[in-house]
Amino acid sequence: MKVEWMKERRLKISTTVGRVKEIGIFIRDSLGFDHISTVSGVDWIAQNQLEVIYFIGSSTPGQEDFIMALSERIPRENPVAPSMVDVWRGVEYPERETHEMFGINFQGHPNQSHLFLPEDWNDLPPLRKDYVSPGR
Amino acid sequence: MTEESEYFPDPDRIMSVSLGPQHPGAAHFRLRLWLDGDYVIRTEPDAGYVHRGEEKMAEYRNYIQNVPHLERPVILDSSNILFPYALGVDELMSNKVPPRGQYLRVIMSEANRIISNMYFISIQGLFLGHTTMITWGMGDRDLWIDFAERVGGARVTFAYIIPGGVRNDIPEFAIDKGLKTCDWFDKRMDEYEKIFFNNPMVHQRSDGVGVLSREDAIAFGATGTVARASGVRVDVRKDEPYSSYEDFEFKTPFLTQGDSWARTYVALLDMREAVKIIRQALKKLPPGPVRLKLGPQPRVPAGEVYSRTEAARGEMSYHIISDGSPRPYRVKIGVPSNKNLRALPHLIKNVHVADIPIIFNSLNFWPVENDR
Repeated sequence: MKVEWMKERRLKISTTVGRVKEIGIFIRDSLGFDHISTVSGVDWIAQNQLEVIYFIGSSTPGQEDFIMALSERIPRENPVAPSMVDVWRGVEYPERETHEMFGINFQGHPNQSHLFLPEDWNDLPPLRKDYVSPGR
Repeated sequence: MTEESEYFPDPDRIMSVSLGPQHPGAAHFRLRLWLDGDYVIRTEPDAGYVHRGEEKMAEYRNYIQNVPHLERPVILDSSNILFPYALGVDELMSNKVPPRGQYLRVIMSEANRIISNMYFISIQGLFLGHTTMITWGMGDRDLWIDFAERVGGARVTFAYIIPGGVRNDIPEFAIDKGLKTCDWFDKRMDEYEKIFFNNPMVHQRSDGVGVLSREDAIAFGATGTVARASGVRVDVRKDEPYSSYEDFEFKTPFLTQGDSWARTYVALLDMREAVKIIRQALKKLPPGPVRLKLGPQPRVPAGEVYSRTEAARGEMSYHIISDGSPRPYRVKIGVPSNKNLRALPHLIKNVHVADIPIIFNSLNFWPVENDR
């Protein structure tokens, strides 16, 4: 696990798939980060890894300006990560979006059907770096 | 209303219906409804009809080329979707935006907040059968569009807030026009309160309809008008002042009812604060340059940034990763419509079909912004 400051009041916790849920519950219950902002994914094609980042804000008075970034890296082949829906209910749609755009399988997610892409999308997940937009 | 736990529908009675994507209210967006008579027992949103892959497009263009297309998802609120992008790129490049540029960013952002909220309230008037609100509202919204046109040179998509500052200085006559519009608008907002918000018909139709509790608003990650109507006091302008917001006196309005009426009324209260901010900013506009000279292809050092601002609908955030090349490695747009959509299946449940347009529109939802 690595903890670093992105800047003042922005803390990034990089952890592994096995511990991400445990840390999520800790920062929600003990540190008061209960207000999910967004979920981002990154394709690190050179390192052959995918990254999922949860950006979590807080509704606790005094730390509304604080954003916690909880990140995990998984291999590009067969990417599986635990779903955080039972930690923060609000991550359901963002995780669904990350699933369709990066092909990450969130285990325990209630519904991973396509949200933005057509139902019959039959190509690489579009935000992966090896997917090239038509005409490029 | 029946609680979900004590409700056992007969499967033969359940009918599944699509609302949209051609429905005039829910444009570019479909709601799948499961009905028992005219009673909604389950809703599932179906987005994606206007998905344009803005995030992928951003990876093919350099930091300046990204400006005009990133504002397209939400043309009603086009300055506010560019604001966090500009802040993020400024942070990566360690740009110090001149004070006049910071003030002009605030002015344009607040003018856009009014333009967007006016549209929202007017359409809510339309859905409630209140013709006066839509005609008055759209008419007065045009005054702010006129003001924005005098500042930014275009009526809807200004591409005004750019990395390094703003695109051009404000002309002298636009300052007078802005102050006059502020005075006129203050009077009009009192009239909206009388004719629309305190109207018994509007109260009857929207009081207690689609109540979102404070706990649910936090758990779903709702933001902006939706969260503030439920008693969650979130406002990035106050929590984490950016671009000289600490110089202005304003409040964060919030209500506790959490119903459709409160979600609409909070938008009006937001506009009152926006007018206050614009007036202060126009009066004490500092002299000096409005932008830094960055060139057509600025060099952005490698790094990762998460920037956020308060847009008309709520917290707008960007996650930008630069690998040192002329183009961003990753741009993630966290849009408020997407954050508020999470509460929709929860709200449109155990309600009558006639309440759907009111609840749906009170979320201040913009399908194009949600899809990106």
